[in-house]
Amino acid sequence: MIPVSLTDIQGVLPETIVVIAALAVIMADAIRRGHSGALLPVLSVLGLAAAGAAAIFLWGTSGTVFNGTVFADGFASFFKVLFTVIGILTILFSPHYLKITGVRLGEYYALILTAVFGMMVMASAANLLMLYLGLETMSISLYVLAGSQRGDVKSAEAGMKYLVLGAFSSAFLLYGIALLFASIGSLDYEVIGTFFASDFHPGPLLVSGLALLMVGFAFKVAAVPFHFWSPDVYDGAPTTVTGFMSTGPKAAAFVALIRVFGVALAPASSLWSGVLTVLAILTMTVGNVVAIRQTSVKRMLAYSAIAHAGYLLVGIVAGTKAAFAATGYYLSAYALMNLGAFAVLILLNRRDEGSYRFEDLRGMGFAHPLLGITLSVFLLSLTGVPPTAGFFGKLYIFSAAVEQGHIVLAVVGLLNSAVGAYYYLRVITLLYMAKPEGESIIVQPAAYRFALVISALLILVIGIFPEQLLRVITLAVP
Amino acid sequence: MDSSVFDNNLIRFLFLFGAAGGLVAFFVALSAWLGPKSMNETKAEPFETGMIPKTDARRPFPIKYYLVAIVFIVFDVEVAFLYPWAVEFRNLGAAGFISMMIFLVILLVGLFYAVRKRVFEWK
Repeated sequence: MIPVSLTDIQGVLPETIVVIAALAVIMADAIRRGHSGALLPVLSVLGLAAAGAAAIFLWGTSGTVFNGTVFADGFASFFKVLFTVIGILTILFSPHYLKITGVRLGEYYALILTAVFGMMVMASAANLLMLYLGLETMSISLYVLAGSQRGDVKSAEAGMKYLVLGAFSSAFLLYGIALLFASIGSLDYEVIGTFFASDFHPGPLLVSGLALLMVGFAFKVAAVPFHFWSPDVYDGAPTTVTGFMSTGPKAAAFVALIRVFGVALAPASSLWSGVLTVLAILTMTVGNVVAIRQTSVKRMLAYSAIAHAGYLLVGIVAGTKAAFAATGYYLSAYALMNLGAFAVLILLNRRDEGSYRFEDLRGMGFAHPLLGITLSVFLLSLTGVPPTAGFFGKLYIFSAAVEQGHIVLAVVGLLNSAVGAYYYLRVITLLYMAKPEGESIIVQPAAYRFALVISALLILVIGIFPEQLLRVITLAVP
Repeated sequence: MDSSVFDNNLIRFLFLFGAAGGLVAFFVALSAWLGPKSMNETKAEPFETGMIPKTDARRPFPIKYYLVAIVFIVFDVEVAFLYPWAVEFRNLGAAGFISMMIFLVILLVGLFYAVRKRVFEWK
């Protein structure tokens, strides 16, 4: 038995707190039998806030715990804080949404917490099996969440599709891990890193292992041509879950990509950076071009999520510390703007007239100033207009790519941003340049107003002072 | 010690494999030979976890059986971990004990949840 020390337990303090919170939520739901009112969301938010505080407290530590399988470094801490923020925002948006869609599931909150736990494990994994464990904990929670609107056919379809394709992609990843283990003899990132730094021979076993690993990751971040599951799943899942799924798991997968491909496999970049370049170009282009043709705002944002994965892949290809810091910055900004945009859509959606039509947004900017302004901020940030955070995210990622000589990638990225501007700005045009269709009463719960204002302000603050956040992340980059 | 054919690990393994397989085959054959047989229509149907095997796929089916099956798997896994822990109890010491207790508490939360959600009330 490997002795467990206090340092080990301290290293996974945020994870521990999230698990305790999840158990408390399950118990509370079981005791109150679905009549728990605001208790479950309050418990969840408190648990996540405590976990976030623990992650901040752990800032400044470095190295690994649990016999070299878990990172307890600043990079992990940074992303743990990001995951708790994503979790808290999602939970703030949830009670109202669950009420209007008639979902009465106490498990919903527990599953959000277990998904956040999985993401945290992914962010701090220093071993491929640990990464896989985190990934599965996160994914299984998300499969259920995607299908949690049980009476809705589209939600059931989303859950089923996500389960089948998610399991499929996990199998790819696992097979890749197995082949890598067969050719290297270890699953620790550090050993893998030393192996690739030495004079290694890329045999068929090793190359197919790498290829399968890459396919698995590409599935998880929804990179073209492995993106087919994502529009249907994002479209069918409950909207709060869509916001959650398109931000948290994406960030978790990108931390893992940075740790595995960006750091451990960096010496062998000649083997994979070409493939990743093609994936990035395809992902950006297909995501943006297909988003233009969508008739539902929710589905448009689903394709936009694919496009953003493409921009983020550019950061991995660039492969420098600055590029990884830029990726971290972009992921933070993206989480805020995407969650916010989905939340405004929830409020503006007129359910009885179809789902998330563009017409629902007509003239809403003047009728509901708070929603109009915050949605505009989120969309401008998604477009990449200064002084929002989205602009600086793209700027940092593309300039890191140019520094490494990936001019083509940067040019394709910029052209794609221009394509993206068309469909994001079309929504803003609808908000302000058209007359509303009849009267509309829109309930704006206090939790939504609070979360939307905070998100929009944060986007502007980290957009106006981007250097500060970037410096913090740069300190933490492995 | 006399050297015999059993010193080879592979031979030992094959012997174990053969003995285990032979024992299973022997008992299956024995029950097929000695056991009474009565064949009827229900018995001839393929076994599909207690459901009617041949109907339209799009029909509601009772989910109780699956709930019990899932709860069973949870505790089956628990036992799978408990056995090796019990064997190595002394060597694992306090850390092993605490880890196991945490594991058991988490599973007990699951059991509590299942009971409160009326999984075991067979209506």
